[in-house]
Amino acid sequence: MTWTWFHRLASPPHVYALAARLTPWFAWPAAALIVAGLYGGLVLAPPDYQQGDGFRIIYVHAPSAWMSLMVYVTMAVSAAVGLIWRMKIAHAAAASCAPIGASFTVAALVTGSLWGRPMWGTYWEWDPRLTSELILLFLYLGYMALRSAIDDVQRADRGSALLAVVGVINVPIIHYSVLWWNSLHQAPSVMKLAKPEMPVAMLLPLLMMLLGFTLFFVALLLVRLRGEILRRERSASWIREALAG
Amino acid sequence: MNEFLHMGGYARFVWPSYALTLAIMILNIVWARRSLSRARAEARRRVLGRSAAP
Amino acid sequence: MSASPLQAARLILARDLRVALRKRGQFVQPLAFFAIVTTLFPLSISPELARLREIASGVLWVAALLASLLALEFLFRDDAHDGTLEQYALSGQSLTWLVFAKTTAHWLLTGVPLALMAPLAGMALGVPYTALAGIILPLGLGTLVLSLIGAIGAALTLGVRRSGVLLTLLTLPLSMPVLIFGAQATDLAIRGVSYAAPVYLLGAMAVLGVTLAPLAASAAVRISLE
Repeated sequence: MTWTWFHRLASPPHVYALAARLTPWFAWPAAALIVAGLYGGLVLAPPDYQQGDGFRIIYVHAPSAWMSLMVYVTMAVSAAVGLIWRMKIAHAAAASCAPIGASFTVAALVTGSLWGRPMWGTYWEWDPRLTSELILLFLYLGYMALRSAIDDVQRADRGSALLAVVGVINVPIIHYSVLWWNSLHQAPSVMKLAKPEMPVAMLLPLLMMLLGFTLFFVALLLVRLRGEILRRERSASWIREALAG
Repeated sequence: MNEFLHMGGYARFVWPSYALTLAIMILNIVWARRSLSRARAEARRRVLGRSAAP
Repeated sequence: MSASPLQAARLILARDLRVALRKRGQFVQPLAFFAIVTTLFPLSISPELARLREIASGVLWVAALLASLLALEFLFRDDAHDGTLEQYALSGQSLTWLVFAKTTAHWLLTGVPLALMAPLAGMALGVPYTALAGIILPLGLGTLVLSLIGAIGAALTLGVRRSGVLLTLLTLPLSMPVLIFGAQATDLAIRGVSYAAPVYLLGAMAVLGVTLAPLAASAAVRISLE
């Protein structure tokens, strides 16, 4: 097995060009999946027997929550790769993840709050899952704040990478908190390894939204990654060519 | 159509949720593209600016 | 001649304690802050002890958390300033052990006095005598975890100008579990109920912190010194 493809991933000009080429391959399928998922979730899916049409918030809440966690894990893994193998690209990827993850954490918190009001009777509850999701938001913000506070890009990369790795312990806490503690938030019905408990007409749009959001994230990441690569590159030669295009 | 907008009485929770999520998605697109164009402008200044003939 | 990591750690611990004795003023600050903050609540909410007792646990723990954050700023500051920290990193000794020694010294100088002083504040907030152990023990463990976690944030913000707020922003999310379970323990103690469960959780956090936090903190020191 040749590792050339892996080594090429460490080459900034290669990744820059590749990211530009790949972006539409993620952006358009993402748009299609999200539009289809929205139609399926808002129009085709039947109302829930308990929550009526209110349950349809799940089609934006669950993908947002999934994003908030998945993006953090991606950020932490990229950060770890950057720390261990000292790859600038990995640090560039981690930096790209943070604003995306933070904004979807806000989305998850707010849509969750709006869902909670009619269903649980309260906009907010200090139960383990909500509290740890709020902590996740602060972790993202702290990560971005640390980055901007350190002037030297390399030190900012490595310092924030360490922070991201330390904070990753929060992610399993968020996910498993509904199992470990009796709380208001419902137990997982989709993210279990066993067969999910939802009827297909409701489940299918949800899966489409989850996949659509994920592809959307990759497209966003590729766009931001190019900028982050440029910021970390000193040598002029390949940049000249890249900017001419 | 009205029934659709009404969302079985939950309209004032459902539609703001969708609106906010859509807003955040658009924000992300704009933000990412702006970040890239800013980085390109900086790089251009750094690389080409210095070598520009007076 | 090279000392074992444990010997080196013990030397650093003793040194830090000795230096602190000469700079007593610095270590009185967090305690004074704690006392002032806890006084603010009876003044602003109500002087009725019955009402204060309801919120006493929360007040004590938030004040202790804030005082600890204040104290964290000088964990590494002086040593970073005069190059001692760099000497530690270059010494060939295990930086993890040295950082652990500094963190322990810091806890002994700030966390433990805080835990011992808190009962006074507690009594001012209407906490019954029987609950005083439920203040000291959880706070003792909690401030240890706070020192350990805070060391990571303090190390990451070493070169940053006016790092106070940033340090708070970095340390708070990771220390929220300490606050949650610590306040729960003290609250149960005030109600006269067994507070063993949250204390065990705090103990588990302390064990996890002692084993892992110095590793992260020493990595952070190396990054900041680059």
